[in-house]
Amino acid sequence: MSKPSFTERNLQILFPLPAIIFVALLMIFPILYTLFLSFTNWNLTSGNPFTFVGFNSYFRIFTEPRFLNAVARTFAFTFFAVVIEGVLGVAIAVILNRAFFGKSLAKLLLLLPLVATPVAVGIVFNLFYDPTIGLANFVLQSIGLPQGLWVSNAATVIPSLILVDVWQWTPMITLIVLAGLAGLSEEPIEAARVDGASEWQILRLVTLPMVMPVILTAVILRLIDALKTFDIIFAMTGGGPGYASETLNIMGFKYSFEYFRMGQSSVILVVLFCVVFGCSLGIMKLRAASEI
Amino acid sequence: MRKLLIGFVAALYCLSMGAIAQTKEIRVLLANHPYGDLLKSAIPEFESATGIKVNFESLQEGQLTTKLTTEFATKSSSVDVFMTRPLQEGKMFYKNGWYEPISGYDFADYPKNVMSVASFGPKAYIVPLVTEWQVLYYRKDVFRDAGIKVPTNFTELEAAAKKVNSDSLAGFASRGKGAAAVTQLSSYVYNYGGLYLDKGVAVFNTKAAVDAIRFYGKMLGDYGPKGVTSMSWENIMPLFQAGKVAMWTDASVFYGEIIDPAKTQVAAENVGIANFPAGPKMNSPFIVTSWGMAIAKQSKNKELAMKFLVWATSKELAAKGMASNITMARSSVWEDKAILAKTNPGLVETRAYAAKHGNPLDRPYMSAVGEARDLIGELVIESINTKGTSTNLDKMAKDKVAQVNEMLQDTGEYGK
Repeated sequence: MSKPSFTERNLQILFPLPAIIFVALLMIFPILYTLFLSFTNWNLTSGNPFTFVGFNSYFRIFTEPRFLNAVARTFAFTFFAVVIEGVLGVAIAVILNRAFFGKSLAKLLLLLPLVATPVAVGIVFNLFYDPTIGLANFVLQSIGLPQGLWVSNAATVIPSLILVDVWQWTPMITLIVLAGLAGLSEEPIEAARVDGASEWQILRLVTLPMVMPVILTAVILRLIDALKTFDIIFAMTGGGPGYASETLNIMGFKYSFEYFRMGQSSVILVVLFCVVFGCSLGIMKLRAASEI
Repeated sequence: MRKLLIGFVAALYCLSMGAIAQTKEIRVLLANHPYGDLLKSAIPEFESATGIKVNFESLQEGQLTTKLTTEFATKSSSVDVFMTRPLQEGKMFYKNGWYEPISGYDFADYPKNVMSVASFGPKAYIVPLVTEWQVLYYRKDVFRDAGIKVPTNFTELEAAAKKVNSDSLAGFASRGKGAAAVTQLSSYVYNYGGLYLDKGVAVFNTKAAVDAIRFYGKMLGDYGPKGVTSMSWENIMPLFQAGKVAMWTDASVFYGEIIDPAKTQVAAENVGIANFPAGPKMNSPFIVTSWGMAIAKQSKNKELAMKFLVWATSKELAAKGMASNITMARSSVWEDKAILAKTNPGLVETRAYAAKHGNPLDRPYMSAVGEARDLIGELVIESINTKGTSTNLDKMAKDKVAQVNEMLQDTGEYGK
């Protein structure tokens, strides 16, 4: 019997190697490089080479009200967007899981926002929200309600952006939960029905707990995405009015490509990375605990 | 058979290498600007006349800066020639050594104040392309119906805005979106007797400057369109074109678009253009070199790049630009009667005034201009939200001045 060749002996390394190289080059290296830059004072506007400043940039940014507000805003945007999307997404999935007339058409219409490009969505919603010539105020005026300033006012900009996010991403939760519902075993539900449980009781005490791991998976995916939301906010407000809709990601972009303070922007992005990582870990633990 | 195949591949390789060696190519980055569009349509003529292939890309101004910065900072750029904004990125690009000094170019046709932002020390780095100045656009029909004259000073401006303002028509508009408003606010600050920077020191907390910011905020807060704090020119122009704004102070560059029948609902004969109104101290609106063209320091085709630069900034193309209402930086096109006969008289008159009395800067001229604009933008928004009455504005201005001075110190530009 001939000796196995080098390739045969190392198949378990060679096969995943391209993927490992890809992840290392395009994901791990940029993260490590950003971490490295966060300890420097690299600032293109000075024209000087960077020097190491240790944790100085971290101390500096954590005392800046603008940064702290951006952190709070990122959490607020994510929390409200994901909660609303979660509740609506599950509710729509439960409705779509039943047979009714026009179900296919309803499904198709609900999924349309998901395939739209976020920047295009942002531009269209900007026209819709325009306080003077926008459709939103026209409708409000037609039915006798007071008009709003939508994304043009610091007080209403975040709720208006959440509305766009909900419009676009609720279908994603619906789609995932619908797949989860379709895969459920009918037996426990039948058993509950035989025992005389009402439809509401079946939904609350049988179906939802069974589909909970799937719901949490959908929520994790949405949570990570919502924390990093960039395109819709950038296209619609650029973080304004003032800094009223500036989330960590938008702030990081501004510090990089408008202020050219690469060291400081790296600090912001490292913080955002930690936030996303921490939240994902937390929800994954929750998901593990909910497995039946 | 195998030998034949190898021979064939070798011949193909030699042929392709020969073709690569013969092709003269340059990479050019243009802005999404009317002059960039004009160049794009004229590039085939340049290619056939010189045999140089021009690979061009066209980007929105902010994205152009981002792309250039990223490519230059990472030393991975293959850009040879690019359009550049001297006041926004000139200092930073120069300090980082991204501009190639331009020698052997005849700059005699450019006014001294225009060249002041295109040169650093004795050397020129940018060829000025387009100039713009601040004007007042107004609705002639609205003024006629209200029986008022075109305002020539701030008092008349406010009186006119008050008279024509209604629920369906904003009496006055100007940019209110923080950083974007800073350029348009500049003429108000100058006319009140203030400045953003004086000899490399931030001074926009002086009484004159703060009074100007208050006036700007009052005008927009009282008579501006709804949601003006999130409006830049791209939001105001459609409102003006839809007939929802009576007066608008902004750069002269938009005149062509607001009288273009394909884009506006307001008839061209009802749109007026006038000199920017005088303030309590003077009338010195900004007149700036908004766009120029430069050669990249790391370009490997500098000779070809120079050929393109000379062609793209030529008097012939400048004349073509003028015919499309693009206000060019060359002096000679503003003195050529044949060209002026085809140029809109409103532009000619307002330019003549601004060229004589204007200020060549419309923003704090410094490397960290992006951040400084955001800080001044905070003052604009505070002033608009309080209709100019904020009791906090003086303190805010003092804080922002301290921050801008700190940035000037960080970049070694303080007091210079």
